Amino acid sequence: MESLFRVSSSPHIRSKQTVSNIMRDVVIALLPATFAGVYYFGLPALVLILLSVGSAVATEFIVQKYLRKQKATIKDWSAVVTGMLLAFNIPSTAPWWLVVVGSAFAIAIVKQAFGGLGHNFMNPALAARAMLMASWPVEMTNWVSTRLADSVAGPTPLGIIGEKLSVALPSMTDVIIGNVGGCIGETSVVAILIGAAYLIYRGVISIRIPAAYIGTVFILAFFFTGFDLYMSTYNLFIGGLMLGAFFMATDYSSSPSNPKGQIIFGIGCGVIATVIRFYGGYPEGVSYSIILMNVASPLIEKYSSSRVFGGAKK
Amino acid sequence: MSLLSFKGGIHPPHEKKYTEKKAVVKAVDPKVVTISMRQHIGAPCNPIVKKGDYVKVGQMVGEATSFVSSPVHSSVSGTVKEVTNKNVLGGKAMCVVIESDGENLIHETVVSNGDISGLSSKEILEIIKNAGIVGMGGAGFPTHVKLSPPPEKKIDVVILNGAECEPYLTADHRLMLETPAEVVYGLRALIKVLNVQKGYIGIENNKPDAFKSISEAAKEYPEIEVVELYTKYPQGAEKQLIYACTKREVPSAGLPMDAGAVVSNVATSAAIANAIKTGMPLVERICTITGSSVVEPKNMLIKVGTNIKEIIDQCGGYKGKVGKLIMGGPMMGLASNTDNIPSTKTTSGILIFNEDEAKIPEAENCLKCGKCVSICPSFLEPLYISAYALKNDFEKAEKYNALDCIECGSCSFVCPSKRPLLHSIRVAKKEIIAKRRKSK
Ligand code: SF4
Ligand code: SF4
Repeated sequence: MESLFRVSSSPHIRSKQTVSNIMRDVVIALLPATFAGVYYFGLPALVLILLSVGSAVATEFIVQKYLRKQKATIKDWSAVVTGMLLAFNIPSTAPWWLVVVGSAFAIAIVKQAFGGLGHNFMNPALAARAMLMASWPVEMTNWVSTRLADSVAGPTPLGIIGEKLSVALPSMTDVIIGNVGGCIGETSVVAILIGAAYLIYRGVISIRIPAAYIGTVFILAFFFTGFDLYMSTYNLFIGGLMLGAFFMATDYSSSPSNPKGQIIFGIGCGVIATVIRFYGGYPEGVSYSIILMNVASPLIEKYSSSRVFGGAKK
Repeated sequence: MSLLSFKGGIHPPHEKKYTEKKAVVKAVDPKVVTISMRQHIGAPCNPIVKKGDYVKVGQMVGEATSFVSSPVHSSVSGTVKEVTNKNVLGGKAMCVVIESDGENLIHETVVSNGDISGLSSKEILEIIKNAGIVGMGGAGFPTHVKLSPPPEKKIDVVILNGAECEPYLTADHRLMLETPAEVVYGLRALIKVLNVQKGYIGIENNKPDAFKSISEAAKEYPEIEVVELYTKYPQGAEKQLIYACTKREVPSAGLPMDAGAVVSNVATSAAIANAIKTGMPLVERICTITGSSVVEPKNMLIKVGTNIKEIIDQCGGYKGKVGKLIMGGPMMGLASNTDNIPSTKTTSGILIFNEDEAKIPEAENCLKCGKCVSICPSFLEPLYISAYALKNDFEKAEKYNALDCIECGSCSFVCPSKRPLLHSIRVAKKEIIAKRRKSK
């Protein structure tokens, strides 16, 4: 009797990359910023990060298992990523319930209500952050000085510039290593760039969105500051720009999937963020810029899809 | 020299090390051959022998039934046992079963045609047609058809595909190493048939030894340029190869001749050389037998019509539990549910996977990561074509240019969510084509 073999259509081999590999890589890439956050903001930061992750994962599990009655996919690490990113966007002085509410909202409403992984049209962490900002503005902007010992309230560099406070700006070195006020995960440029380099090296994200984003901010700031090279460079390292450009704007499902669209998306983020920073009512425009571009993303994608091979040049 | 390439593409593991250093060995002569009348796309052949007939090597046993068809010949001498429907790859087909007498007597029609220099381009074309030569790298498209473009298409270049970009396969690699002169000779014949000034042979840079031997064999012929291609899948796909060599894009929905090019495979070229020099039609070919579930991977010269199981037995048989049997490479090859089928002119590889490798991964949600978009060599958006195909919205799939898909499988390969992208795109293509036929 001849043996019968399995039949399926080609290709018969698949790459080793899986959803959980990708998400785990993102978690690994967020670790340097996690350490930096805990180093500068102390134990409260760690507690908030853990609570946020815990709440995100628990929400994902409950919604999938009991409400949508499907297989829970918490093992794919994507809820962990959302939990970490949300905590990164919150000051370390925030009350514990704030992150719990925020990450539950991110997962249940922004992610799962729209169909789960890959179907959210906004970055869940950023949408949740915007919701928290609108509901609890005081808790969301209670900055602390970054010294471990003295927890005095202190303005962020963006606050100083935006509100024209008569406080000396932190040095360039301090803003690069993260020794300034701000949200838990956004202050240390060095830590974020280490993680970003890892993600690019692993092929998880492409450089297109972050490069277009950061490049645009730099060029616009150069004009807006009256060709002040120092300030336009300084402007790149403060606020949530680095975290936003590398970790939030690159969210797969809320950004275009084709290369040209990604560049347009990045430029759009850069324009909105810089305009808000220099002329808007808020000191920071990174998260709003990404959220707005998230909404525009399907449209961009539609009109930026490349011509087919052998098709007419567009 | 800089490496030539195309945009997009993937880097699957090469997996060629099992056989790339192994010289081609001749398979044991089969006692029985089963010669399928369906060796290629195009019309199947008509058997012209009947039970009890005595046939010799090189004798025609199936005649072409239309222009897009190509005759088939016996690969042994012996008696026709039956002419009947039998299992072949992908279904049933009319087959001529011949019991070999072990003599390998050569048929009277098989006589040398002399040298290219003494032949007109018409005569060479006739030789190619009568020798049953088809594209040996892929679907087996009859070569004489490619060589007869309508007069309004101006062809100015012939390209030989020596990329062998499919993982695992090393048949073309060994051929280029062991008989480079034949490859070059065949290309010169093609150049003459098409009356062009330029011929390329493209070889991926993971085969530097083949590049060297072919370059050596081609060095007296200024009209032939041997080019090194960047190792990337699907470098050997017609349109991508034309782009790599000439920077010309075959227009969407067009054929290579629309870009002034004809592409053939190195093995086909060697078969042409053989048909001219010895008069022997295409009755045997080199095949790579490899994979984790075969005892001793090999490159073998096998006669058309040899039972696949017999070939595998000559490689020490199966190792462990077999999961999948693939005819061709892992990216574009066809899986067969049985090993009781005959080899054909297009059997470039027999790939045997173990149970683990044969597992079909479970698909997850599309992440919209865009990886399939950035690697598609046809610049498509596989995620959307596939999504619409799965929703049976074939009109939308058509709008997203489903018909431009070359079925290379790169998108399914890279997808981290393991979505069956190409599979669903194929469904869409079938539906779209069926609809177009109907509305005509
Ligand atoms: S590669 Fe897979 S997961 Fe990524 S966009 Fe394409 S279909 Fe979706
Ligand atoms: S859509 Fe077609 S051409 Fe593009 S990668 Fe997938 S199989 Fe290849």
